[in-house]
Amino acid sequence: MSTTSPAQALLLAAVLFATGMLGVLARRNLLLMLMSIEIMLNAAALAFIAAGARWHAPQGQVMFLMILSLAAAEAAIGLAIILRLHAAGRPTLDADTGNRLKG
Amino acid sequence: MPDLPFLLFSLVAAAAAIMVVTRPIAVHALLYLVVVLLALAGLFFALGAPFAAMLEIIIYAGAVMVLFVFVVMMLNLGRPDRDRERHWMAPAVWIGPSLLSGLLLAALWPALRAAPPAGPGSPTVIGPEAVGIMLYGPYVLSVELASFLLLAGLISAFHIGRDIRGTGTGTGTGTGTGDA
Repeated sequence: MSTTSPAQALLLAAVLFATGMLGVLARRNLLLMLMSIEIMLNAAALAFIAAGARWHAPQGQVMFLMILSLAAAEAAIGLAIILRLHAAGRPTLDADTGNRLKG
Repeated sequence: MPDLPFLLFSLVAAAAAIMVVTRPIAVHALLYLVVVLLALAGLFFALGAPFAAMLEIIIYAGAVMVLFVFVVMMLNLGRPDRDRERHWMAPAVWIGPSLLSGLLLAALWPALRAAPPAGPGSPTVIGPEAVGIMLYGPYVLSVELASFLLLAGLISAFHIGRDIRGTGTGTGTGTGTGDA
């Protein structure tokens, strides 16, 4: 039986994390930066699931649930900040102009 | 040697992630991000974690992505944004970040290649029952902390998204946190 190897899943997690980091560093659009952070969080979750599969332990999925709630809170607050910046009269989503958010 | 669905889902996830970070239009990147999440859900299923796979589909690809779609719709992006985005994504911009993340990958790859091979026997399926027993047994404190985190996210998103002019019609960001 050709078994699914958790080691390959760890390699994919590394690739996904590097891709997400590339997005965070290279993009200037706040929305795209948030999406890249989601990719990085998913890579971490994949690493946890793969480790849980490697050691036959449910702790990996417990940590996945923690990452899931963290990502949900992070997305809600980040998107609220983006909408607030937009409502403050900012024409673009450039991350370099965040100083308009006063207070 | 990994089996075929695992390889397929891996390739789809990696390719779609690269598409996410290179698309100039936000909605296209968002749809590719949904593809990444669904492929990861398939990977979780292949790794013997059906509970995590279902949660990935329901919460990530369902609720969080709906939040993103709402925000993209409310921002009302148009052709000027697309042109500005193309201007921002000049090829020279990508050199430094590509070097840095390539360096990270080059550091991680040999370490992960040296990881121990799969454990004894075939990968067992860890269902929701084992996860639930673990969650409400030794990890009950972290469940409480996660609920604190979600409550803090709800309150701060409501506070940030409240209407600053006080005209009564809110910006609507507070409603989205109900998904969280």
